[in-house]
Amino acid sequence: MLRRDFLQVSAGLAVALATPQALAQGGTSAAKAAQRTAEPGSPRWDRILVLVELKGANDGLNTVIPFADPLYAKLRGPLAIARDRVVPLDQRVGLHPALKGLMEGWKERDLAVVQGVGYPYPNRSHFRSIEIWDTASAASQTLSEGWLAQAFNGASRPAGRAIDAVVVDTNALPATGGDLRTIVMQDAESFIQQARAMRDGGAPAAANPALAHVMKVRGEIHAASLGLAERMRGAPAPAHAFATDPFSHQLALATRILLAKVPVVAIKVALGGFDTHARQLETHERLLTQLGEGLAMFRRNLIAAGLWKDVLVMTYSEFGRRVKPNASAGTDHGTAAPHFMMGGLVKGGLHGAYPSLADLQDGDLKHSVDFRDLYATVARRWWGLNDTFGRRNPTMVDIIA
Amino acid sequence: MRGVASPSLGRRSLLSGVGRTIALAGVGAVVPAVFRPASAMAMGADEARHLLSRTGFGPTPADIADVQGLDYTAAVERLLGKWRPEALTAPPGWINLTPPQAREEIERFREQRAEKGKPKAASDPAPAAAPGGGVPAKPLANANPRQERARELRNWWVEEMLVTDQPFVERMVLFWHNHFTSSLQKVTFTPAVYRQNLLFRRHALGNFATLLRAVAKDPAMLLYLDGAQNKAGQPNENFARELLELFTLGEGHYSEADIKAAARAFTGWGIDRETGAFQVHPALHDKGEKTFFGRTGTFTGDDILSMILEKPGVAEWITGKLWREFVSLKPDEGEIKRLAAVFREARYEMKPLLRALFLTPAFRDQANRGGLIKSPIELVVGTVRLLGLPVPEKTRLVRALQSIGQVPFDPPNVKGWPGGEAWITTNTLLMRQQILRRIVEATTVAPMGGPMTMAPAKPGRRTDRREQTGGREEVMMEPEQTPVEGRSLRSAGSSARLGPTLAGLDAETLQRALLPVPPQLPLETGMAAGDVVARLLLDPGYQLK
Repeated sequence: MLRRDFLQVSAGLAVALATPQALAQGGTSAAKAAQRTAEPGSPRWDRILVLVELKGANDGLNTVIPFADPLYAKLRGPLAIARDRVVPLDQRVGLHPALKGLMEGWKERDLAVVQGVGYPYPNRSHFRSIEIWDTASAASQTLSEGWLAQAFNGASRPAGRAIDAVVVDTNALPATGGDLRTIVMQDAESFIQQARAMRDGGAPAAANPALAHVMKVRGEIHAASLGLAERMRGAPAPAHAFATDPFSHQLALATRILLAKVPVVAIKVALGGFDTHARQLETHERLLTQLGEGLAMFRRNLIAAGLWKDVLVMTYSEFGRRVKPNASAGTDHGTAAPHFMMGGLVKGGLHGAYPSLADLQDGDLKHSVDFRDLYATVARRWWGLNDTFGRRNPTMVDIIA
Repeated sequence: MRGVASPSLGRRSLLSGVGRTIALAGVGAVVPAVFRPASAMAMGADEARHLLSRTGFGPTPADIADVQGLDYTAAVERLLGKWRPEALTAPPGWINLTPPQAREEIERFREQRAEKGKPKAASDPAPAAAPGGGVPAKPLANANPRQERARELRNWWVEEMLVTDQPFVERMVLFWHNHFTSSLQKVTFTPAVYRQNLLFRRHALGNFATLLRAVAKDPAMLLYLDGAQNKAGQPNENFARELLELFTLGEGHYSEADIKAAARAFTGWGIDRETGAFQVHPALHDKGEKTFFGRTGTFTGDDILSMILEKPGVAEWITGKLWREFVSLKPDEGEIKRLAAVFREARYEMKPLLRALFLTPAFRDQANRGGLIKSPIELVVGTVRLLGLPVPEKTRLVRALQSIGQVPFDPPNVKGWPGGEAWITTNTLLMRQQILRRIVEATTVAPMGGPMTMAPAKPGRRTDRREQTGGREEVMMEPEQTPVEGRSLRSAGSSARLGPTLAGLDAETLQRALLPVPPQLPLETGMAAGDVVARLLLDPGYQLK
């Protein structure tokens, strides 16, 4: 996908020297109110977002289950999770039993469940909808920059940073574009070893966009390898061992990067396989187990390392799934879904309203929280950045203490 | 992908191009290319390299020499000339396996595995991974037959890409695979995936409408997008949605209601459980009225396909995708509309469209050379072909492809490989360089006798029987635990033994054949030919086509 403006990309290769002026606009009036979390105009570069993409569209209705609503069992039929298996969060909703690992955080009040996250005029194409989420666009709008890149556009970067984001997955779109320098890697050791062999390509003045892209990536590799190696070498290992599934492997790498204090603002991981059009129950249970166990282990490790307050975990997915099952014991593409936020500074509990099962639109749930409001909350309250992703008056979701 | 329309580059008369072609056809066959005097019509080495690398896999200097004396339109006609609608490579042995046999085979395998995993014989069909206590499961002597078939199938296609004498047809087979995607991850009945590949071969340069109708009834597609589960009363929308969104029209040309109506119309199209062939189940078909694209009737799947094919947007969608594959990542809306009109007038015949595509000024524009990034398959298959390396065992090549993001028969999702810039990330660029280094090194460990013999395979590893013709097992690129970066380019390159494809050529010829743009890491004068090739393969420009 050609998502970038190449001129911009070449310009972004040099360490960004953009001034914070754009960010600080209106800063005088806002300055008083800004102290509570992070201050606009001086972003909190020390805070890290860990994005967890649930690829293929996670079935929100069977993730955070409105067990007390009789319509749930009625509409979900054979795919309904039995009430006595649901792990209750309150009188009305509870977690899928495979997510019981998340209950440690729930009890400690550092797990927030944001219910009914979606957007108006929902698109049910996987590819288009994840692009909408990744670029924080309206359904009718096509943007080329990822939302993290947008949020950090123009922010002055502290010295000594070679990379801004690490993607331990194949989809780097949220952190693509603008000034953001993103490294995609599956394994830190082989990255470092191989990067050393790659010479610095020099100035990518090429008019040919394909060549400019190759040269830019070479430059990123070269720059990233310089600092990463020594930090990773001296870093402690995670206190608790992760499981061996691929998702846990990704979380383990994310943990090592965090423990090594590699200065980045975002790390992205992903768990795939949620496109459960057929025989959903077993697949979904397996995936949620990996999700719940993996995140629980991640939490324990960061608490043990004293880093839990520096990290905000956020799940997202292109959409939820249709309320009624299809004939293949699966579910088709839907709309709104709940998402998880975790971290030492997270205000635990339920946020947003659970979409009504009695008030569906074309058989799908109506969203109660716009995902861009959630992004705007993260930008403002987590990093002290002012981007509102095209929302004129974003409703902040009160998830960060 | 909404690109900004750039100003139209002007139009060229298709008819005049065809006329010249006829006049010059056959010239290349008479005089050997290298001795042919450069006529006013001759396109020259650079344009020959451009045409061949965009439409094939890494042309050799000989391939380039073969067409450089031709008139450009004659070379395009050659690409589109007579083609073979089947593969050269002998298929794997299991292609006639039936679904009951496949089920039985996997049952047997599970039983064997369960027995081996437990101290005492048990009829428990649960996987051996179950911790039954006692002795842990031994490493399996026999691999999972399903995975083994998948492996053989991937190897079969890679072999075909390496040996084919019609690389453009192979690129079109790959194009259709990436368009009408299917994946061995989901379609575990491997013979269906093999047969789908044959379908793409039969129609590679044929008629899109015919291919679309065949794909809609293709068992692998019915499995991949759950069409086989799509029943009256409880439709499964998966195929209907992707049919409209990805296969024919693209987003914005249909409504959610159209998807639901189409899904109902396709109900009852399924698969015979005994033979694995397409079968209509009348009892499962929704005979009710549907409203699709504003028309109402008791439509069947065939009716839906006909109504879709009437839309002019289909030709534009397919043309846009071919533009991206062969011309540029930057769509030229005016040109795409013009080409789509050619496609429609030709009633979805592929050749007139492809001819017009390769004759566009945008394709031929000098500034367009090296403007696309090679796919992993183009990079790996092209390099092996370029160096003329014998690769008796393909599994390691497939693993190399996996590490850079493109395993044949396993696209990441129904949209296929995103391609373009997305091929090159910090991760895949490192892996690409590592693979190229290993290929260079593979040419250096050759014993004096035969060129480029690799280390023998590990004992016990199954290799393709039909490939063991020499009585020896050979593998390429034995994976090293330590990366190869410690070794300098020079030490790898200077001992490289160039095969007949590259031997005896001067540095300038090599550079022109291997790179579409001037080298970013300039060559030094007096370098050995092996060093030159190594340096060119590792140049950033080698990633481009």
